[in-house]
Amino acid sequence: MSHHSDNEFESTSSTGSTNPYSRRLFMQQGMAFLSMATTVPLFMQRSAQGIMIPLGSLVSSQAGVPEDHTLVVIQLGGGNDGLNTVIPYGDRSYYKNRPQLAISAPGKSSNGSGTALPIPGADGFGLHPNLTGLLELIDDGQAAIIQGVGYPNPNRSHFTSTDIWHTGNHSGQGYGWLGKYFDNTCAGKPNPDGSIAIGNKAPLALLGKTQKAVNFETEELFKWAGGIGNDDLEQPYSDINRKETSQSNANDSQLDFLLRTSLDAQVSSDRIRAAVSKRPLINYPDGQLAQQLQLIASMIRADLPTRVYYASLGGFDTHANQLNSHSNLMKQLGDALNAFQKDLKKQGNTGKVKTMVFSEFGRRVAQNGSGGTDHGTAAPMFVIGDGVQNGLLGKHPSLTNLDSGDLKFNTDFREVYAAILEDWLGADSKAILGKSYTKFNMFSA
Amino acid sequence: MTVSSLQPLDPKQFDHRCALHLLQRAGFGGTPQQAQALADLGVEQAVDYIVNYKKLPDPDPPNVDDYDKDIIKPPTPTERSAIRAARNSGDEKMVDQYRKERQSRQRADRKQIAEMEQWWFRRFVSTPRPLEEKLTLFWHGHFATGYRSIENSYHMYLQNMFFRKNAMGNFKEDLVRGIIHDPAMIKYLNNDKNKKQAPNENLARELMELFTLGEGDGYSEDDIKEGARTLTGFAVNDDDFVLRPNLHDTGTKKIFGRTGRFDGDDFIDLIFTRPSASTFIIEKLYRFFVNDLPHGETADSKAFIRALSKKFKQNDWNIKPVIKAVFLSQHFYEEANRNAIIKSPVQLIVQATRSLNPPQRKKMAQTLAVASDIMGQRLFAPPSVKGWDGGRTWINTSTVFMRQNTLLYLLTGQRPDSNAWEADGTHFDAMQLVAGKTRTPKTTIKYLLSSILNVEKPENDRIATLEDYIKTQNNKINNETVTGLLTLITAMPEYQLC
Repeated sequence: MSHHSDNEFESTSSTGSTNPYSRRLFMQQGMAFLSMATTVPLFMQRSAQGIMIPLGSLVSSQAGVPEDHTLVVIQLGGGNDGLNTVIPYGDRSYYKNRPQLAISAPGKSSNGSGTALPIPGADGFGLHPNLTGLLELIDDGQAAIIQGVGYPNPNRSHFTSTDIWHTGNHSGQGYGWLGKYFDNTCAGKPNPDGSIAIGNKAPLALLGKTQKAVNFETEELFKWAGGIGNDDLEQPYSDINRKETSQSNANDSQLDFLLRTSLDAQVSSDRIRAAVSKRPLINYPDGQLAQQLQLIASMIRADLPTRVYYASLGGFDTHANQLNSHSNLMKQLGDALNAFQKDLKKQGNTGKVKTMVFSEFGRRVAQNGSGGTDHGTAAPMFVIGDGVQNGLLGKHPSLTNLDSGDLKFNTDFREVYAAILEDWLGADSKAILGKSYTKFNMFSA
Repeated sequence: MTVSSLQPLDPKQFDHRCALHLLQRAGFGGTPQQAQALADLGVEQAVDYIVNYKKLPDPDPPNVDDYDKDIIKPPTPTERSAIRAARNSGDEKMVDQYRKERQSRQRADRKQIAEMEQWWFRRFVSTPRPLEEKLTLFWHGHFATGYRSIENSYHMYLQNMFFRKNAMGNFKEDLVRGIIHDPAMIKYLNNDKNKKQAPNENLARELMELFTLGEGDGYSEDDIKEGARTLTGFAVNDDDFVLRPNLHDTGTKKIFGRTGRFDGDDFIDLIFTRPSASTFIIEKLYRFFVNDLPHGETADSKAFIRALSKKFKQNDWNIKPVIKAVFLSQHFYEEANRNAIIKSPVQLIVQATRSLNPPQRKKMAQTLAVASDIMGQRLFAPPSVKGWDGGRTWINTSTVFMRQNTLLYLLTGQRPDSNAWEADGTHFDAMQLVAGKTRTPKTTIKYLLSSILNVEKPENDRIATLEDYIKTQNNKINNETVTGLLTLITAMPEYQLC
């Protein structure tokens, strides 16, 4: 391929000096001399100190719902194998479909991955042996496991199914369900710190018509990096980007808008970096998800005006040799959730935070020929926090009454969304989801 | 205000700043020397030079053979029946073999689309025909098609070549007619599932709503239903368009009140009888080239768009006369339309590269393609069939930093994804930008501000801030301090505008 030379950005200048794009011209012609007259500054220079994001926009739309309710969403990317997460060890067809992959019943000999952890009050169902952290939360009365969650006409493409979960509608088009939540509750005014995603891109779920999420991979990347190698640049940079401008108005100029957003970014960055610089109250385990949850816990502890946080763990697309890789993921997931909840407890914040865990789809009932599983449909969700109906909820999908090899869902994920929107965030779920869904019964009365 | 709306610029007014404005909007900016060369040509010749870009040789034209077209292949009938047989007989090994083969092809294809992204960035930066590339990007965003859905990089490449070839062609005959025959678009909007027996309205709907007329402007739901019938059987065979006669509905349809045995090509002719076919795309071009109108249309923009639409129709929907009229018009150079557009991520990256001449860094195209994605513009992957919303949607508290840090990477090699410096031994020659003059700190600062931001008079407080910085450097003007100035100027909110 001729384009892929080693010289990646070779400039073209073969047509000689009459070509205004030629670099040669650069050498041949002198500098243009532009007017040097001075002008009066358009904006007053004022310190950005003390400028806070208006808290008025955080007021929820429904009376009686406290304003500090926070939702943490965790996405298991790639399609989590639900049947090896909540194990139907009482069902023989599970073992028939998965001769190598099935997790043994408690007390039985194992295939090297251990045996299922019995779930209190749920005969015949257990958790993956590495989900000890989650089991402890159940023992503590803080975790709901909703079985067989999916949606009609399931899509098995990662992208499309992710979009369906993020938007809450089957086309997967449009804005995100949590973005729309902010659009609806804040009367069209974006809430700059309303939602924070850990990652280099904000997920569609948080994208509203006016609402945009803050996102960053690590707090170190959520700032201008020019001062890192050159201290002398920090002050002028700050002068440039903390220039206050007029409030948002119907006719603000492009520059007003840019100045305002730059200032918002500085304030947001300061606040977030100050929040996460504190040592956490507990030790977090290693791993991507634990690190993200540690950041989130520190922001919750600092009382940021943020209602929704978003974290994710990838690697669930286990088409081949999944026993080990899935076991490791389960360990990471259970331990991270456990540490996060312990941290919140020490902070005294378990009452204001609910955590929801989902994946874009589950996997097929039968294992494939590579010691893995292919894209499937329904899978369990977790909802964690004080005041959830503890333990196993909903109905486990049948392993024999299948839809061309896939599980039939029992709970539409939007019923879970509706419960969270109405009962936790105090919003009108119909306005956000476009349709009235029965709230899934998962919060204690 | 009719004819006078398109009134040409007085040639005497076409100065260096006008030329740089033209260079930024019709392309991706350039050096002060390039702007001066254009200014010296005068407005007529300068516009001619930019618009008639096909006169300039393309040193590295894209070719159909540049990429592997056979990575993604539909299974042959023999393969398909073999897979089915293996499934039915429970031959897991065989099924698994086919699955692995398909997965490895998909992986290879994702690699190829990533290579294409990088290739396109290199082309943006190096082409002697920037308007060709800018229009190609415009059409990509207008007739938006996403790799994520079609998962066929070669079809995206063919579509990209189609946009480039017809970038300045006839909107109706080349672009709209072409797009309903385009394999990537047909797949993206599911027209391969549009059958006489079971019509799929997706393409018919977007053809009117997003591509030609605007939402609900001059058509009804029935027109969509009937239009969909004209497009039945418009399908793809391998890499080519194919009309499948057994799936095509040859019956009578009623569209816009007219009745006939219309097919897809007739449907296009009918669409262009609607008034908004001459206005909808013109307004979009206006927002792309002249002013993105964050508060909606103004009286001036309305009059200009109306006059331009009239010209468009008089010229049988040819793009070139319209683009030319824009770049020649007084309106285009008015102060209100300068620095009035928020740069797209591609514009931000390419303009900085073409005007500041940063060194070529290791894995530069890859780094920039990823950075553009993080800033919200992944090439070959617009977020939906609506394309990129653009304007203010590019900017939020997260993209502010990503934008600034990507510019920092161009100047210093400090990576936007890790804060580590690229250890590739390259060195940015900042002095080239102020070469040829021995200057005081004050004149250097004023010169850099005015030339990089393309303003006549830099703001006093910006000058003061940069002077304060130079004072901390003992008032030295050298490569290090000029680089420092450039990192600060590119971190200014005003640098996000062009």
